[in-house]
Amino acid sequence: MNDEKIIICRCEDITIEEIRAAIADGYTDFEELKRFLRVGMGPCGGRTCLPLIRRELAIFRGLPVDEVALPAKRPPTQVTTFSSVAISSEGEAK
Amino acid sequence: MTDFPKTAEVVIIGGGVVGASIAYELTKRGVKDIVVLEKSYISSGSTGRCGAGVRQQWGLEMNCRLAKGSVDIFEQLTEELDYDIEFRQGGYLVLAHNSTQVKQFERNIKLQNSVGIPSRFVDKDEAREICPPINTEAFVKATYCPTDGHANPFKTNFAYARAAERGGARVYRYTEAKDILTENGRIVGVETDKGRISTNIVVNASGPWSHEVAKLAGIEIPTFSERHQCLVSEPLEPMFETMVISFQKGIYLQQVPHGSFVMGIGEVEEPNHNIRSTWQWLEFFTGELLDILPVLKDLRIVRQWGGSYNKTPDAAPILGEHEQLAGFYNAVGFSGHGFMIAPMTAVCIAQLIVGEKPTVDISPLSAERFSKGELVVEPSVVG
Ligand SMILES: Cc1cc2nc3c(=O)[nH]c(=O)nc-3n(C[C@H](O)[C@H](O)[C@H](O)COP(=O)(O)OP(=O)(O)OC[C@H]3O[C@@H](n4cnc5c(N)ncnc54)[C@H](O)[C@@H]3O)c2cc1C
Ligand code: FES
Repeated sequence: MNDEKIIICRCEDITIEEIRAAIADGYTDFEELKRFLRVGMGPCGGRTCLPLIRRELAIFRGLPVDEVALPAKRPPTQVTTFSSVAISSEGEAK
Repeated sequence: MTDFPKTAEVVIIGGGVVGASIAYELTKRGVKDIVVLEKSYISSGSTGRCGAGVRQQWGLEMNCRLAKGSVDIFEQLTEELDYDIEFRQGGYLVLAHNSTQVKQFERNIKLQNSVGIPSRFVDKDEAREICPPINTEAFVKATYCPTDGHANPFKTNFAYARAAERGGARVYRYTEAKDILTENGRIVGVETDKGRISTNIVVNASGPWSHEVAKLAGIEIPTFSERHQCLVSEPLEPMFETMVISFQKGIYLQQVPHGSFVMGIGEVEEPNHNIRSTWQWLEFFTGELLDILPVLKDLRIVRQWGGSYNKTPDAAPILGEHEQLAGFYNAVGFSGHGFMIAPMTAVCIAQLIVGEKPTVDISPLSAERFSKGELVVEPSVVG
């Protein structure tokens, strides 16, 4: 399969080719790479793509994988709708 | 790093949109020997946490000029910096909830039009054309400016930093200013965790840490940081292009080109550096959101985060060289609008540093205005 067809971040539709190009272009900081490509910013919160991208960064930077820090996690851990937030706050004694 | 610089003409503390754009504007004016110190990654501060809305609908002439000047720059910035900053002009719809606000907005529009900002009043029907799902019961009238908009804050920040680097500036990530050295009322250097740099000019562009950084130079400025929270939803098909904002509720929201909605609301907070996001805020926000856009009730929230507004007692920034310390420039205290005015602010600060007359007169924004009681009061701020 061609690199341009291998999708690493399914939520944001980003291929391995785009990821490698961005890293080669100098986005070697995981937090900056994430913001440049939006990888890890989809509804899954990066659960599937971030570990794969971490490996690419580790290879490029010549580091063991666990020395590449993962980007900060953001809530919610489960995707929620506004109406479910509204319902749960109505249920509280105010 | 072996070649950490020992001297520099200018040291800029902070690699957010403000520090990076000042560095770039300096390189454009022939200053090449610039060091930018960023204690974390580029866009790690408020810039990467902001709503990135760009609004020209202000109530003070200076703010109108800074905002309009910045929009003129944003319009051609992708080309100038050779980097797509995703600037889109989908307009800003500002809701008025009562007759007092309508009166204030009448004054604002007159002023805005006088400096070339194409804002105008719209009635409920026209507001619904601009933003079809809006609940017209939630406001009485609105103002609209079609050339307001939104840019990608990360990309704008990266674009300025890279353009500055191409112009000769050196940007050091994960490098912190630890002390600012002075002698006889002037700047002589900066101590960092990578070494000492001799310099006669320091720019404090440290965003949320502006108070602490000024203190390193022995200067007290009345800035403080306050948490503001934001969230982003799942992407949907395009529904409307405008930003919708209410000063009364302190709420703003917009569907960005990517399809997701970015939205936030201000809350009363204690001044500190806590930027964790909270469930309580989400509940408060949801109530206000569903009042103006009830159709969004089934929209799914993807991510919630917090960031800092760096504030001053009059909610206007502190810009310019400090009276008591030659060579010490502040570009701080931008509250919730430092992104939108960064391009023109950077031009003016760079002009001051090289001894040119700033395009916009920013002298009312000196740090000394607070002790002189000459506050700059802007009627149209959010949160
Ligand atoms: C939730 C939220 C929404 C917002 N929405 C908008 C909006 O819609 N429109 C708008 O115009 N503005 C908005 N803002 C405001 C805007 O984000 C800021 O005004 C702007 O980003 C300030 O840029 P800056 O470069 O001054 O600060 P920052 O981006 O915070 O940059 C300062 C940098 O300095 C670094 N630093 C600090 N101390 C040191 C040190 N000692 N040594 C080295 N580096 C140091 C920090 O790490 C940081 O990266 C919003 C802010 C928040 C929090
Ligand atoms: S796969 Fe990348 S964010 Fe979901």
